[in-house]
Amino acid sequence: MRVSLFVTCLADQIWPSAAVGAVQVLRRVGCSVEFDERQTCCGQPAFNTGYRREARALARRFIEIFEASDAEAIVSPSGSCTAMVHHYEQLFEDAGWRERARALAGRTHELSAFLVNQVGVEDVGATFAGRLTWHDACHGLRDLGIKSEPRRLLRRVRGVELVELPNAESCCGFGGTFSVKHPEVSVAMLDEKIDAIERAGVDAVVSGDASCLMQIGGRLSRRGSAVRALHLADVLAFTA
Amino acid sequence: MSFDRGVRAALSDVQLRGALRQATTLFGDRRQTALASVRDWEGARERARAIKDDTLLHLDHYLEQFTANAERAGARVHWARDAEEACEIIGRIAAERGARTVVKSKSMASEEIHLNAALARRGIEPIETDLGEYIIQLAGETPSHIVVPAIHKTRAQIAALFTEKLGIAPSDDAAALTAAARQALRRRFAEAEVGISGVNFAVAETGTILILENEGNARLTTSLPQTHIALMGIEKVIPRFADLEVFLQLLPRSGTGQVLTAYQSLLTGTKRRPEDEGPDELHIVLLDNGRSRMLAAPVTRQSLACIRCGACLNACPVYRQIGGHAYGAVYPGPIGAILTPQLIGIERAAHLPYASSLCGACRDVCPVKIDIPAVLLHLRAQVIEQRAGKGRWLERFLFRAYAAVMMRPWAYEWAMRGARALRIMPPLRAWTKWRDLRPLAPRSFREEWRTGLRGKGE
Repeated sequence: MRVSLFVTCLADQIWPSAAVGAVQVLRRVGCSVEFDERQTCCGQPAFNTGYRREARALARRFIEIFEASDAEAIVSPSGSCTAMVHHYEQLFEDAGWRERARALAGRTHELSAFLVNQVGVEDVGATFAGRLTWHDACHGLRDLGIKSEPRRLLRRVRGVELVELPNAESCCGFGGTFSVKHPEVSVAMLDEKIDAIERAGVDAVVSGDASCLMQIGGRLSRRGSAVRALHLADVLAFTA
Repeated sequence: MSFDRGVRAALSDVQLRGALRQATTLFGDRRQTALASVRDWEGARERARAIKDDTLLHLDHYLEQFTANAERAGARVHWARDAEEACEIIGRIAAERGARTVVKSKSMASEEIHLNAALARRGIEPIETDLGEYIIQLAGETPSHIVVPAIHKTRAQIAALFTEKLGIAPSDDAAALTAAARQALRRRFAEAEVGISGVNFAVAETGTILILENEGNARLTTSLPQTHIALMGIEKVIPRFADLEVFLQLLPRSGTGQVLTAYQSLLTGTKRRPEDEGPDELHIVLLDNGRSRMLAAPVTRQSLACIRCGACLNACPVYRQIGGHAYGAVYPGPIGAILTPQLIGIERAAHLPYASSLCGACRDVCPVKIDIPAVLLHLRAQVIEQRAGKGRWLERFLFRAYAAVMMRPWAYEWAMRGARALRIMPPLRAWTKWRDLRPLAPRSFREEWRTGLRGKGE
């Protein structure tokens, strides 16, 4: 299958290992990967803060760029940015743009959902020694319905012991600009998550969004914890 | 109190946070258990929402039908455009009956119109008879939850309050505290000339109102005094009596995790014969107070589908940390964050749509499937478009700059390269005070792609 990578600006600049890992895993399961260097940001920060004009301009740009590709799927190492593309339609009143947005959303997938539901693989041939737990990032979980896919992938990684957090589905408190508009609330939410992670006695917490991982990882290291924050693609990319 | 100050006060209150964690977890768990007894929960949600959507599309028709049928059964129906009119109507009725005290059962609509203060100005003493509301009234506070008004109080705090205000011997036995409240309230029921209640549902085809409760106080409020005044938002009307079936499955389970509340009072008009029980007069006040404005567009209209169960508060991770008072609004939590700006005007509540991480837990638990995050986003766009609330010149500038850069891949690439070369970190003290900020990676993905990754696949 031919895949066009939607890298997301956050993975591009701050968590490139997730994007490199995604490319490696996609190739390993038999996909060919292309990357259009014109892509920048999907516009989610503007959309979520209320700046619809800016978000609309970026959405149009995104649609034009990815429409140009004849890849069968657009795949992203982020549930949140994938969900944003799925929201594009509501930014437009014009029927033509709405249709284009809907069509593009139809072939835009989050990495774990793409691997399990489109490619049909669970064992991607990875090896990773460690006790891990999964944090459900909100938009992947609730906007896209991704729950079992990352767990199925992680369980098939040789050497991984996967444990569940009692509050795996609770928000980590990131919420985009929420994390800096209301930092005390954001961190109070985060600390409940971190407490559970530490009680679970894991080597690393894994998630599908670099944004949550920045939030969780930033607090783990501030608290002097030995637990690491890893992207799903970081883990899946490891081979023996 | 500003939202930020409210948040800080809440977060530094250890007792409050303990009470909140315990209560929201308990209600969340109970709800989960209660759902299991409904065969098709999703189907019930869909049906309830469809009924609400249909009602809201033809609200004028159903309100007129309800009014005609309620009046035929002996009730008087009053239409109140806003809070002031509603207070005036209720205050006048109570005053004309020579009321010195009125007993009240739980009603968030009465909180919304600040009825107690309006009655007090007329020299009429309002007595809250719901235990939680009674606690709040004794403490001189406001409800911090729409279903569990005293959720923020621990048992020890309530014991201390009762000792001080009711003069009982110190005890933190729940049964003893409840008995003390009951004893104090019985006397007030007997002397009140007027009873004021809220309404959970109003059935258009029969003119019936339904009140759900667990303590029996609403039944006393609506039957002992000679005059009963029921206050309801105009969105409480439903078309048919049979529609109650689905709403009664959803509301108690979502609210308190009960299969059914202990009491359900169905009231249709006044007593038929003099020897019947019940009040001589029933007045029903239909409150608009900003609601009809929400009918205009589907995205805002869905706010009126709310049946006030409070499940979104219990599920909200923000509410769980800060409780209801920090929001600084009558309706707190996720539903309050969408209702308040629409009821009182976005200018006066521009901070509320931002009091959420947009996690969507509220949407998952909502029994009538209100897409609260979508309404929050809609209201955020309104805040920016109408320049409501505080000045956001820096934020506006930053988002313009961000868009200008992101529209041009070369600008994006060079901006990031520059930041990397000069090791520029954004001055985000709001982030770095509590969290380490992950630095830019030494090389971006696109650089990795160009220098080898691209070719490896071929």
